[in-house]
Amino acid sequence: MIALSDYLVFGAVLFMISMAGIFLNRKNLVLILMCVELLLLAVNTNLVAFSHYLNDVQGQIFVFFILTVAAAEAAIGLAILVLVFRHRRQINVDDLDELKG
Amino acid sequence: MSFEQLVFYAFAAIAAFAGLMVITVRNPVKAALWLVLAFVSTAAVWILAEAEFLGLVLILVYVGAVLVLFLFVVMMLDINLAEMKEGFTRYLPIGVLVSLVVFGLIYMVVGPEHFGLEQFKPTEHGPDYSNTKEIAVPLYTQHAYAFVLAAVLLLVGIVAAIALTLRRRPPSEALYQDIDAQVRVRAEDRLTMVKIPAEVEPDLPENKEEEEGAK
Repeated sequence: MIALSDYLVFGAVLFMISMAGIFLNRKNLVLILMCVELLLLAVNTNLVAFSHYLNDVQGQIFVFFILTVAAAEAAIGLAILVLVFRHRRQINVDDLDELKG
Repeated sequence: MSFEQLVFYAFAAIAAFAGLMVITVRNPVKAALWLVLAFVSTAAVWILAEAEFLGLVLILVYVGAVLVLFLFVVMMLDINLAEMKEGFTRYLPIGVLVSLVVFGLIYMVVGPEHFGLEQFKPTEHGPDYSNTKEIAVPLYTQHAYAFVLAAVLLLVGIVAAIALTLRRRPPSEALYQDIDAQVRVRAEDRLTMVKIPAEVEPDLPENKEEEEGAK
């Protein structure tokens, strides 16, 4: 039988990996977006696991809405990415300093 | 170790390995493909937790739409790979250190001593249990307003993505079809009636000869 802690530790591992990914690939805007998707997946895993072990379906409905918002976020984020690339011919995060005060 | 546990650990290991590959491979296209593997194996883990509907939605919607969008965008961009990996080794020690510390802290909270099998037993459902139905009933009754708001949010997302990336080039570069003008056009704009006085062809000598020969 799988314990709840197994799911939670799996979520923590995914969260840790994607957080490290944001640290390591902090120049590449595409990889940062991918790591954010992976972060949301880790959080959703926790919600699904708790929903199963507490026998409460509200957690899964929450995951449903998180997936919706994450899909919209990914679409708009990629649109902004395409605009940045069209404008600057690269997606290096270090060069996007026009808003620096 | 039961078969259920074996499947869980296998898929969890695949997902964690795929996540590691996402953050370490050089090529962003390969990173997107590893991300697909991570999502699919996580969907299997969700299905093991009896969230069948969400697991299938994750594969159909997320892998089928969002990650394919990622792949499209990554393939369209012409990225300098060497420049992008700069600073990877520089931030490697601190990144690994910070993430291991965070993982240790999370493990102390959610580890087996607090969330083990003694504290939380999984709920057993009969064979006629429908996860889709269980989600659908509260979704369409209790959360109907949030459901409509989510639909509006997706519409706003579509409009925003199209409005951001739509590019009108000047007419010298590209020809556009102006549908409004095409619909508005009337017959008078295209067709002009010109009155031309009738002319009588003079009798030509060859014509006469041909007519006589026919006779």
